[in-house]
Amino acid sequence: MNDQSNNLLEMRGITKYFPGVVANSDVDFDVRYGEVHTLLGENGAGKSTLVKILFGLYQADKGDLLLRGEKMEISSPSDAISSRIGMIHQHFMLVPTLTVAENVALGMPSTRRPLTDLDKVSKRISEISEEHGLTVNPSETVAHLSVGERQRVEIIKALYRDAELLVLDEPTAVLTPKEVDDLFVILRRMADNGRGLIFISHKLREVMSLSDRITVLRNGQVVGATTPDQTSREELAQMMVGRAVRLTPDLPPNEVKESRLSLNNVSVKNDSGTLAVDNVSFEVRAGEILGIAGVSGNGQREIAEAIAGLRTIEPDGLIEINGSNVSDTNTRSRRDQGLGFIPEERVPDGAIPEFTVGENLILVDHETDDFVSRGLFSFDKISEHSSQLVSDFNVKTPSVNTPTSSLSGGNIQKVILARELSASPSVLLACQPTRGVDIGAAEYIHNRLIEQRELGTATLLISEDLDEVLGLSDRVAVMYEGKVIAVVSGEDAEREKVGLLMAGVTETVDA
Amino acid sequence: MSDFFTSSVLVATFASAIRLATPYLLASLGETIGQRSGVLNLGVDGVMLLSAFFSYWTVLQTGNLWLAVVVALAVGIIMGVLYGIITVFFEATQGISGIGIFIFGLGFSDLMFRQQVGTPKPVQRLPSVDIPVLADIPYIGEPLFQRSLLTYLAFALVPLTFLLLNKTTFGLNIRSVGENPQAADSLGVSVERTRFAAILIGNSLAGLAGAALVLQLGIFQPNLTQGMGFIAVALVYFGAWRPLGVMGGALLYGLVNATVLQWKSLGIIPVSISDLAGMAPAIVTIGALILLARRVNAPAALTKPFSRH
Ligand SMILES: Nc1ncnc2c1ncn2[C@@H]1O[C@H](COP(=O)(O)OP(=O)(O)OP(=O)(O)O)[C@@H](O)[C@H]1O
Ligand SMILES: [Mg+2]
Repeated sequence: MNDQSNNLLEMRGITKYFPGVVANSDVDFDVRYGEVHTLLGENGAGKSTLVKILFGLYQADKGDLLLRGEKMEISSPSDAISSRIGMIHQHFMLVPTLTVAENVALGMPSTRRPLTDLDKVSKRISEISEEHGLTVNPSETVAHLSVGERQRVEIIKALYRDAELLVLDEPTAVLTPKEVDDLFVILRRMADNGRGLIFISHKLREVMSLSDRITVLRNGQVVGATTPDQTSREELAQMMVGRAVRLTPDLPPNEVKESRLSLNNVSVKNDSGTLAVDNVSFEVRAGEILGIAGVSGNGQREIAEAIAGLRTIEPDGLIEINGSNVSDTNTRSRRDQGLGFIPEERVPDGAIPEFTVGENLILVDHETDDFVSRGLFSFDKISEHSSQLVSDFNVKTPSVNTPTSSLSGGNIQKVILARELSASPSVLLACQPTRGVDIGAAEYIHNRLIEQRELGTATLLISEDLDEVLGLSDRVAVMYEGKVIAVVSGEDAEREKVGLLMAGVTETVDA
Repeated sequence: MSDFFTSSVLVATFASAIRLATPYLLASLGETIGQRSGVLNLGVDGVMLLSAFFSYWTVLQTGNLWLAVVVALAVGIIMGVLYGIITVFFEATQGISGIGIFIFGLGFSDLMFRQQVGTPKPVQRLPSVDIPVLADIPYIGEPLFQRSLLTYLAFALVPLTFLLLNKTTFGLNIRSVGENPQAADSLGVSVERTRFAAILIGNSLAGLAGAALVLQLGIFQPNLTQGMGFIAVALVYFGAWRPLGVMGGALLYGLVNATVLQWKSLGIIPVSISDLAGMAPAIVTIGALILLARRVNAPAALTKPFSRH
């Protein structure tokens, strides 16, 4: 059957409409046996939609799907799974309260019906782990696993179902550089064994290193196809966005003024009561960006929450915003002191998905006279204000009355950014501001942060994207196991040196 | 007070605690299964009233106790189908739909009773069945092993529910759709079918609870349950969504109830405050809930309707 073509998958003329958007428009896409075919495109370009159609989560309005040369109807995930299609979703599809083995066994027939056969499943998991180098303990509860381990469980789930065509929708968005390297070794080996892989990522460095072929989508249409040796990161960026993009921000010199945010001996406990931030002190001054680099889980989340007022600090610590002690105050009064906050989790921390774009844009200052007259919302003013922000910040949405949940991740991020920056904060706390965001939007967000710096905002940037931290920061603080183990100035911060510090290696570096 | 601490009174109190716990236990185990699949059913009380009435009526007409139990089960299944269609297929808000089921059950059982029966007439009760040998053990033989078959069933369902939830593929499906229905769906588990089945089981047990209640009393009156179904829902939270915990709650509730009744009949509680004392079980439960308020998490998708878009 694969003599007429050696295509594992062929999608022809796929078209999909959502209210107000054409998510896919006449898309042709194919995958050969043994290759990694990357789908590239801005937020909202239609990548997830295309692969969700393949997996039976959405139905195409038009178009054909051929699997191993034969025309197929895939109307549900179970159809996809029985056709040996596996999918790693953009968001983890794991049940945190269940064990690894239970997550893997879910939905599979058991040999001991009606009982589960978890012993057998665990044995098979261990075999798969060994064969593919995916170390994970089958009897561990998923809630206790690190993000990297969860990703491995997702892959094991697909391999356990003997997937021949594997879709990976932004599998690296939450992984550390080391975890990404490990993952790529595994993926490459799977392709070499004859499987077909569809890979989706915004990180061009990754795309160039893993792909055999690259197809670029823009506004739901295929705008080009290429291979890594025929192209460059710059060219890919241009294809995606439709204009030239600067991939690394440059930081113009800037005058640094008074201290705006200061932390003194701040310790913070995490949810399980252990010390996640251990006696940390630093200050951020007007007109500078202080970047915090570190592998995820070294206290960054907790310190951000402590500054935002979402987590209490241990008694002897002190947090000051613009000279006033805010250690024990709530989020509202910290915002009144001039704090802007871009949280790590866009949803539900940064925006309420059920609310419209307009409502999310006024979430922080909806009580001010700008939007209220005689005790009632003035919808004219609200819609005028939010339309302005939507156009200023280039948010892709059918209207300001669209529910935020139907926007792509990058566009939700822009909504949050628009809201926080429009209040002209004097201190800005930006956590993972470009995670899962396409390069066009990332460039835009970076420029906005730099602009804010020129306006004199003191910015604390917390990011796991090392390139981002190094490119944007006047000073880089490295966090390791809850402590700031080094602060280096932006110019001295070399990738290798900071990478070593992130792994806790301090000996080779002058402190 | 010393009257209470005689062995015969204590044994009798314990026996009535087990008997009183039975309908709570049946209903809460059913509710546990439903909630683990992500469906809150506040209509338990209404289902219990309906099944209690229809099984009472069946005994009144036919004198056949086992037919009465089957009728109660059937009422539970019918109400389960109804609730399943409302919440799973029409994705209605669960809280308010459950209240609707409750009001319907309250009103319809009342109406049927007034039209078909009028004045309460006692009927035969569920016989107790002695378990050979065990029934003769001093002190514990009577309360534990001289009970009705429905009581034995209720307690046997505790380990069975545990096994169902934790050791079967169906139980795995139930737990996963209650925690993360998107994940279950992505693996080809039908969220709709799993939840529907869990609702059916839950309502069947609520039906049996109604039968147990009325057939232990041997009489029906309007609003016989007086909110027992709601207590059963509370016991699920009390028991942290685990069959053993739920059993503990049902037993505690039964014991406090039985003690209050016993104290009333012994005159330890004066008649003047006996109505007040009737609130003791609720107060004890609330108190225990506060004391035990551990950080156990409810099924993450509880009360959340599922759809793919
Ligand atoms: N369920 C839905 N309902 C309505 N609109 C949707 C839905 N899913 C996606 N869309 C819209 O379809 C378009 C394509 O979205 P899609 O999620 O496929 O983008 P993407 O390329 O995966 O973006 P990202 O890189 O942000 O993940 C977007 O405009 C999005 O708002
Ligand atoms: Mg996507």
